[in-house]
Amino acid sequence: MWRIICPLMACLFFLECFTSYGFNEPPSVAGQSAGDGYSELDGQLQGMKAALEDMRRDYERRFGEMQEKIATLENKGRLIAENTGQPMKPAEAVRGENKDAPGEKNTPVSVAGKSGEMESNSPEVEQNSGSPLEKRPNAPYSQSEDSRQTASAVPQAENPESGKWSPAQPLTLLSSGKSYMNISFDGLFAAAGSTGDFETLETGAHDPNQRGFTVQNLETTFDGAIDPYFNGQASIVFQIDKDGESLLEVEEAFLTSMSLPLNLQVKAGTFFTEFGRLNPQHPHAWSFADQPLVNGRFLGPDGLRGPGARLSWLAPTSNYTELFFAVQNSQGETAHSFRNEEALFGREAAETRVRSMDDMLYTQRIATSFDVTNEQTLLLGASAAFGPNSTGTDRDTLIYGLDMFWKWKSRYASGGFPFVTWQTEVMGRHFEAGEDIDAGLSEETMDNWGAYSQLCWGFNKRWVAGIRGDYVDGEKEAADPLGFERWRLSPNLTFYSSEFSKIRLQYNYDDVLGNNSSEHSVMLQCEFLLGSHGAHKF
Amino acid sequence: MKIKWCFCLLIVVGWVSIAHAKLNIVATTPDLGAIAKEIGRDKVEVTSIAKPTEDPHFVDAKPSFIVKLNKADMLIDGGLQLESGWLSPLVQSARNKKILPGTPGCVVASTGILPLEIAATETTRAMGDIHPCGNPHYMLDPANGKIFAAQLCEQLCQIDKENSGYYKENVKNFTQRLDRKLAEWQKAVEPFRGTKVVTYHKTFSYFAQRFNLNVVGELEQKPGIPPSPTHINGLVPMMKNEGVKLIIVEEFRERKTPEFVASQTGAKIVILPIMAGGQKETEDYLSFFDYTIGKIVSALK
Repeated sequence: MWRIICPLMACLFFLECFTSYGFNEPPSVAGQSAGDGYSELDGQLQGMKAALEDMRRDYERRFGEMQEKIATLENKGRLIAENTGQPMKPAEAVRGENKDAPGEKNTPVSVAGKSGEMESNSPEVEQNSGSPLEKRPNAPYSQSEDSRQTASAVPQAENPESGKWSPAQPLTLLSSGKSYMNISFDGLFAAAGSTGDFETLETGAHDPNQRGFTVQNLETTFDGAIDPYFNGQASIVFQIDKDGESLLEVEEAFLTSMSLPLNLQVKAGTFFTEFGRLNPQHPHAWSFADQPLVNGRFLGPDGLRGPGARLSWLAPTSNYTELFFAVQNSQGETAHSFRNEEALFGREAAETRVRSMDDMLYTQRIATSFDVTNEQTLLLGASAAFGPNSTGTDRDTLIYGLDMFWKWKSRYASGGFPFVTWQTEVMGRHFEAGEDIDAGLSEETMDNWGAYSQLCWGFNKRWVAGIRGDYVDGEKEAADPLGFERWRLSPNLTFYSSEFSKIRLQYNYDDVLGNNSSEHSVMLQCEFLLGSHGAHKF
Repeated sequence: MKIKWCFCLLIVVGWVSIAHAKLNIVATTPDLGAIAKEIGRDKVEVTSIAKPTEDPHFVDAKPSFIVKLNKADMLIDGGLQLESGWLSPLVQSARNKKILPGTPGCVVASTGILPLEIAATETTRAMGDIHPCGNPHYMLDPANGKIFAAQLCEQLCQIDKENSGYYKENVKNFTQRLDRKLAEWQKAVEPFRGTKVVTYHKTFSYFAQRFNLNVVGELEQKPGIPPSPTHINGLVPMMKNEGVKLIIVEEFRERKTPEFVASQTGAKIVILPIMAGGQKETEDYLSFFDYTIGKIVSALK
């Protein structure tokens, strides 16, 4: 029950926060009893009139701005024309065209352009860029957003007289370009079948977890500039587990600095640790339907993440080199090899707590990149994560890894195709396991390693073929199949119907060396993305 | 040995001072970069992120551009959401105050131009990859190049006051040359006024408007969505009816569909670069139009 209430509350909270104007308006109208008849209708019409009035004022203001801008442009044009001693045809063309175009049509551009215009004399823009701290909290909503949202709120009240609106029409609450936040929703689903048991075959929490259908990841992402100094991003994940229960997870929520001195950048909040290449990526950005074995085993089913802070430094060299240093909490299920409630290697979790700075999770990473040719880029990285684990006091874990990413993309690429990418990660884990008398296990140190390598070929526009090889060595005391030595081969084929949707077919050949079994799995994955399309990192 | 070291040091120091003497300008696309070169000439060092030959909607945010942006004095952003898929992570990683929005070092090139095809109604993704703020391929109209050059010069003068006279002189010179050339180009295409053409994507709207070509359709039914057989089957009779003479295709597009349509309708295919810098003949903004106009004229003759 709690799990259902939680997401609902969160949804309500977000809707309340982000569309407060739009959602507060209708209840006041719709809240009255249906029998009120004329007075209700009258109220609605009054509300609509006020909204339209607002809109008209807003449009007039923007139209005025546009005209001012045209005037300055013309002046500029005239100046240039005087300088060159030639008639300025294009400026006249601009003026002429503008007369033909309705003013309303042009206004969005004038506003969109304004945000980038430097010499703007609009007080709104100056306020936005110059003195964000003095701004009243409701200032951003007081002008253009205001009228837009009211406009959308009125049709929501099911006004029979509005005429223009029909239930089939989409409601616009936030539109890109003018909103202060991008919102997107990503759905990732899989249908899978296997000769084995997915629970033991797959190591990731977002991997197909049963024969039949799996809701892998439902992710809502919010991002945008907080102010001139910070950018913010939050990813809230909804999942439906095997038993049909809905889960809510705050995957990431952090701010990033935009321009600290000395080439430094700070990230703070709760976030994926920048360890290797795959760990910080969200499941929908993966090239395969499941995560590599080694990631699930060392960094955890959900990936290594947690609350903390990260500092990175961009070296002032001619090629890209960046150093990362992160401090995060070392407990919880998202710090799998560290102070996890379920200790590893058959041991009960001991009572551990943070006594000093040594008990935090420290991660360092160095990444460097070269453009091998104009069409080829190589990105190399080395990472290490160090922190205590929960098998006893003063027991530590060290995970280290090397990663490589190489990409070739044609100089005549269309839609980003054709391309070839090759990605490889090798990881090792040094785990000091404590003593567990109840289980009859003594103190010992485990060293394990694993690796994966994947090759993807975008052979035709919209089509990508990939193959991945996976290996993890056996864990000592591997009583449960999750700890056996095993390898896996996964060919797949992906069709991107557009950059907002994809269908992927993948076959997994699993060889579990620990119990001499081999399993075959087939999965069909599909993804859709609604809302703003977040830009991709390399 | 010592002399050798001194020599090395001298070169390094010299190189550094030269590197610092020039303004670093990063342009998202090479057509914007080409104009920046015209205005800044030897006072600036221009880097373009997108390759002139590739589809500018899909560009890799390569880490090497983070370094370029980190050292940049100015960023030229095309605007109209052309770069929305790849620019923001680069700017964020660059941690450079000078190029953030709202500073003179951040130029939004679409500011002064009048965009075509602004979405009049509510847009949805069911319509394909729509740019609601207008068609972003505005640099294919030389008149827009001129507007952008003036804006760029103004902002260059703000960040480099010492050389403002130099930049103003260059803009004047560039505008003069462009005006002269524009008259030439318009004269060259005048005999073909109103010629009906079909393009692959809505890339050439501004170009067609400036040079009086009449675009009657696109091979893509919806922007960014590859042509479907049904659409092509409808397009072929329409093209025959209308007497379409030319199919204009960007360099990076597949050729199968245009070739099929050409074979069915008898229209000629012209393959055009969309940005300066892709090849020897199109090194700068003006020669780019020399080349494209030349291609169109020779195809229509």
